[in-house]
Amino acid sequence: MNPLVGRLRNLAASWGVPDVLVPLVPFLLLLIVVYAVIALVAYTARRRWPRADKTIAFWLFVSPWLIGFCLFTVGPMASSVYVSLTSWDLITAPKFVGLANYAEAFRDPQVAQALKVTLLYAVISVPLQTALAFLVALLLNTELPGMRLFRTVWYLPSLVSGVAQMVLFLWVFNPQYGLMNDVLGRVGIDGPGWFNDASWALPTVILMSLWTVGGAMVIYLAGLKDVPSNLYEAAALDGAGAVRQFWHVTLPQMSPIILFNALTGIIGSLQIFTQGFIANGGPKDSLLFFVYYLYDNAFQNFRMGYASALAWILFVVILALTAVTLRGSAFAVYYETELSRKRRRR
Amino acid sequence: MTAVSGMAEPLVLRADRPFWRRNVTLTVVLYVVLVLGSLVFVYPFLWMIATSLRSLAGVGSSGASVVPREFLWDNYVRAVTSFPFWRYALNSVLTTLIPIAGTVFSCSLAGFAFARLRVRFAGVLFAVVLATMLLPGEVTMVPQFMLFNNFGMVDTLYPLILPAFFGSPFYIFLFRQFFARMPSELADAAVVDGCGWFKMFLLVYLPLARPAVVAVSILLFMGYWNNFLGPAIYINSDRWKTLPLALAGFQSVNGTDTPLLMATSVLITVPCLLIFFVAQKQITNGITFSGGK
Repeated sequence: MNPLVGRLRNLAASWGVPDVLVPLVPFLLLLIVVYAVIALVAYTARRRWPRADKTIAFWLFVSPWLIGFCLFTVGPMASSVYVSLTSWDLITAPKFVGLANYAEAFRDPQVAQALKVTLLYAVISVPLQTALAFLVALLLNTELPGMRLFRTVWYLPSLVSGVAQMVLFLWVFNPQYGLMNDVLGRVGIDGPGWFNDASWALPTVILMSLWTVGGAMVIYLAGLKDVPSNLYEAAALDGAGAVRQFWHVTLPQMSPIILFNALTGIIGSLQIFTQGFIANGGPKDSLLFFVYYLYDNAFQNFRMGYASALAWILFVVILALTAVTLRGSAFAVYYETELSRKRRRR
Repeated sequence: MTAVSGMAEPLVLRADRPFWRRNVTLTVVLYVVLVLGSLVFVYPFLWMIATSLRSLAGVGSSGASVVPREFLWDNYVRAVTSFPFWRYALNSVLTTLIPIAGTVFSCSLAGFAFARLRVRFAGVLFAVVLATMLLPGEVTMVPQFMLFNNFGMVDTLYPLILPAFFGSPFYIFLFRQFFARMPSELADAAVVDGCGWFKMFLLVYLPLARPAVVAVSILLFMGYWNNFLGPAIYINSDRWKTLPLALAGFQSVNGTDTPLLMATSVLITVPCLLIFFVAQKQITNGITFSGGK
């Protein structure tokens, strides 16, 4: 704790501020100071340029975000660069070590394992999820009676998320008493050890992630409803059957939505944490996801410098994978421009 | 589709006879796929509920069955009494509802400014907002921890609550899109009435943005309620644990008491289910404008 913060807290406590609110006091004081300055600047600006009220309003309105951006993003990122060059356990003073943390990360076999597991998860689960979600959306977009019920049923599992989902699936995939092996056993298959087996743990997590495709499915469903029906009619007039309509109307129209979801899916999948945490990294580090390893270093072993270096490595990986996806998809995505939309309407 | 080769006929057919009446084989195949798929998807869900009502012995012997042969509501009683459930629930509620209010306030304000107050540098600043959307939170996770550590806020709920009041790029973007679609005559009328910008935002625009506010709140609820990484980083003492963190700890200590674990999982999921069934339409709305369009 910062000594000034400590003094302010003691002061607040001696003034009878309730215990629960004491930690808030220094932060609120800082905020009050910042906003006093902002108010002063705004007031002076208002006096000098009476007609600039729009500009002043703009900066006041974005000020919460701007302050947060400096306090929680820019500041931490800058300090993260420095911390990644030090060895620091939060208690003793940080010791500058140059690039040693990065060098260690490149030699650390667990970093290699974490990268491997995380990338494998991203590269396999994202295409699978995207394809499944899209197929299910297509299926649920047909106008059969009772479709509302089916939509609800397919969406329901995505409400069971995070820890609850993992706890449930640890039990679903329990080798002895679980749902999965009982079903497999009835058709004469001797099920694997799932989460208990180092070579099965990652496929199991991927399989489990498919259970919650409902979230992405609903997005595709909304997109499918927005495809203008006159495009289908025009295609039908030109003699295109269902299959060709799909390839030449549905897919191009949906491609920006698919790309957006694939991108957020990739970024999200690289940040997978809960599953690794609950499974304690899995047998033989088979579920040592990168963020879990980072967390372990930072908040279990208190190696802040090393964890910061790992965070930057993750950042570069995410950036690279995003860039590759954007590049690779450029030819396949159809962006509707204002012009083409107007042309079609005519 | 039968032997239709005429130009206008497919359209006429489509209008008065849905395809499932025309092509019975396809309809049957679709229904079979739908029913089987639904079964696969909903089964673990039903199984979770069935397991939560069984005895420990019943769990070992019933395998994949979801037929409830016993109704041990006692598991739920144990779930709320065997550990300080209500304490955790309160922490979860606090770290869900307050951040929702904070995010909606800060993001709608900024979104409004980006949509309606087109001043110099607004474009540049908005580009910065979009760029930070791609920034993974993990990069700032460690230094943010140090920041809160400096403020003496580790092992309190504040690190899980305060950042919400400073906006989140994704929701700023959503609100900007929403406000940008509103007619700008509203603003002109309000200006003529001598309304200040903040008053205009609060009294004219925000009430009209109700659908967006509701949809964003629901999306945020699911996110904050199930947040695990945040509590795992900041909370150590039992007093401030949230439900997901408590369940995770519970799993590692009482991993074999499956009915109890399932009952707790069901209880954690119930608020999300309730919101889903009450606000299904708003969820679909929210998804429509969060879906990258």
